[in-house]
Amino acid sequence: MAHSTFKGGIHPHKRKRFTREKPIREYYPKGELVYPVSQHIGGPAVPVVKVGDRVLKGQVIAKADGYISVPIHASVSGTVKAIEPRLTVSGNKVLSIVVENDNQYERMPIEPFQPWQELEPGERILQIQKAGVVGMGGAGFPTHVKLAVKNPKKIRAVIVNCSECEPYLTSDYRRMVENPEWLVMGLKMILSLFERAVGIFAIEDSKRDAITALQLASGKESRMEVKVLETKYPQGSERMLIYACTGKEINSSMLPADAGCIVHNVDTVCAIYQALAFRRPLTERVVTVTGKALVNPCNFNVPIGTSFAELIDAAGGYLVEPKKYVSGGPMMGISLFDLNVPVVKTSSALLCMTKDDAARFRPCACIRCGSCVEACPEGLIPAKLADLAEHFQEEQFRDLYGMECLECGSCSFVCPARRHLTQSIRAMRRSLLAKGKR
Amino acid sequence: MENRMNVSVSPHIRGTMSTSNIMRLVVLALLPAAGFGIYNFGIRALYHMLVCIVTCVLTEFTFEAFADRPVAAGDFSSVVTGLLLAMSLPVNAPLWIGFAGSLFAVLVVKMFFGGIGQNIVNPALAGRCFLLISFAKHMTNFTCDAYTGPTPLEALKLGEEVDPLFLIMGSTGGSIGETSAVAILIGAILLLAFGIINLRIPASCFLVFTGMLIFLGGRGFDDIYLVQELCSGGLMLAFWFMATDYTTSPITKRGQVLYGALIGVLAALFRLYGSASEGVSYAILLANLLTPIIEKMTIPRAFGRRR
Repeated sequence: MAHSTFKGGIHPHKRKRFTREKPIREYYPKGELVYPVSQHIGGPAVPVVKVGDRVLKGQVIAKADGYISVPIHASVSGTVKAIEPRLTVSGNKVLSIVVENDNQYERMPIEPFQPWQELEPGERILQIQKAGVVGMGGAGFPTHVKLAVKNPKKIRAVIVNCSECEPYLTSDYRRMVENPEWLVMGLKMILSLFERAVGIFAIEDSKRDAITALQLASGKESRMEVKVLETKYPQGSERMLIYACTGKEINSSMLPADAGCIVHNVDTVCAIYQALAFRRPLTERVVTVTGKALVNPCNFNVPIGTSFAELIDAAGGYLVEPKKYVSGGPMMGISLFDLNVPVVKTSSALLCMTKDDAARFRPCACIRCGSCVEACPEGLIPAKLADLAEHFQEEQFRDLYGMECLECGSCSFVCPARRHLTQSIRAMRRSLLAKGKR
Repeated sequence: MENRMNVSVSPHIRGTMSTSNIMRLVVLALLPAAGFGIYNFGIRALYHMLVCIVTCVLTEFTFEAFADRPVAAGDFSSVVTGLLLAMSLPVNAPLWIGFAGSLFAVLVVKMFFGGIGQNIVNPALAGRCFLLISFAKHMTNFTCDAYTGPTPLEALKLGEEVDPLFLIMGSTGGSIGETSAVAILIGAILLLAFGIINLRIPASCFLVFTGMLIFLGGRGFDDIYLVQELCSGGLMLAFWFMATDYTTSPITKRGQVLYGALIGVLAALFRLYGSASEGVSYAILLANLLTPIIEKMTIPRAFGRRR
């Protein structure tokens, strides 16, 4: 039987072999750690430490500002060196707390606590916020907000996004192979909030070891299933994933909860597990450091705040001169002009591409081949939207559903004329969103 | 900074298919039919192809150079135009016919409208129809050393019978590249296998055309008759290689089906009731002109949106 999937999509080369079989290694940072106060969607956290303060691993250094916000915790023990704007992945300078590592890794003592089963649902969600958990797949939406739906009875499926459809990335894959029981426990905790929901591990059929591991670990759980999906990009997009698992379609103005679903990333589920089982805040994450340019590509468990530049050395340095650095995957990641930026809660990978990988092409005229229409998972006409975007035709752009675009990059990937389709559409969307027009 | 980094917005990787790759593969897919044309009609067929291809490429290059536009003449699209045009000429037409047709096809139909991707009708087809109207005598004289008498399509129009096996293999008179259904089908299978075309347009063309013949042809479901109609004239070449032209067919999926159906209807009507023996070229040209409106009518529903 063909595996469930969505319409459209592309099959880029996977390039996962660099790090697929590399177990997750602990990484101990050497230099200072930088914690931007804004690593999530919502209100930036407010610093609660002063320059010169000693902080412990797991200590809150910035508190949540309001409901849609989460606190930030120190990932090492050391001294606060500065609180100043620092460069981040996005290329902006963001207020950051800089901590000098004392290499003691002295943990913040954890007070005795009740087992999670004895907590009220609201209390469980509060603990998740206190642990600073956000969506670690890339968006960084605070997890407690996602979990606090108005009517928990309407949630019929909690989907763990195990698809990791971006090329190169293997951080989620390694988690699934190495610690499937964390995922099962984490999902069990989420399911405890939604009595009528089933838990689904949605995973691409190419990740056989992970499918086996999850099936074994979840075998005794009656409310969980492992759903095998076709390997296709962007299978891991929230809307595509919900469609593949449940057959329900949501658009840009709907939330997964409108389709009775909640979707969480693999690392997020692990963070929920750590938060509720051990009251451990989110202070580290798995980062795939990969690319043809590196001597020894690896999967590292990295304390948040570590500089990307350090990870290059940890991966054995350069084999050949890199030409492009990307934070995240090659389809939707952000290219960096400076590696002295910190790993944040949403950093899944550092990709070092060589000149050949990061090939630049001169765009030429559209030949109207329709490849972009075939590839678009949202059923749009990217070639037309890009034309309209390039001519600032806002009204028509919205009429052709331009605001539904996921910016997944599939259209640009397949375009034989090498047009910058995603790029033009993204620019238009951003400008319309900034004007408050949806 | 010595080694300047490449910084851009995502996506950071691209697929391998390019415009010139596509055009090269189309040329490859045309080779079986072109090769059979040379085998069937002799070396003169090859001269026609060379004249047309060289004229097309040089015309594009010269125009781009003089109009101070980026030179895209190396992308093989003009090679496709030239080859298709040559394949739709009768072998005994004078060689300057191919030159004139190519000049019209590339200069007027393609470059004057903005070059690749901008032309509103298929250049090769428009070139052929230009020749058909301007030099009807040369363009309808299909007698040559190998074959005399009417072409199969003309014979059918006169109510004569033609052996369908000859039509399928292609050992008949007609234009250079249109006679062998088998050779064209090999090319079509190549196009499908390379993922250059999909079945929406050709399938819809063939189904609707066949349906029209069954209902209006006056012979009902007569398989010999249908094979004769489908394999004679330029129909095979036109449905597989000209109707599927990217630039002049709709980009939307439903639009492609509608466009194919329209061609099927028009081609059948022209064949059954038209005065000329061949009507497929005009059917496609008309459908080309309706492409923008078909596209407008068939904007797809976005994911998660109600129509």
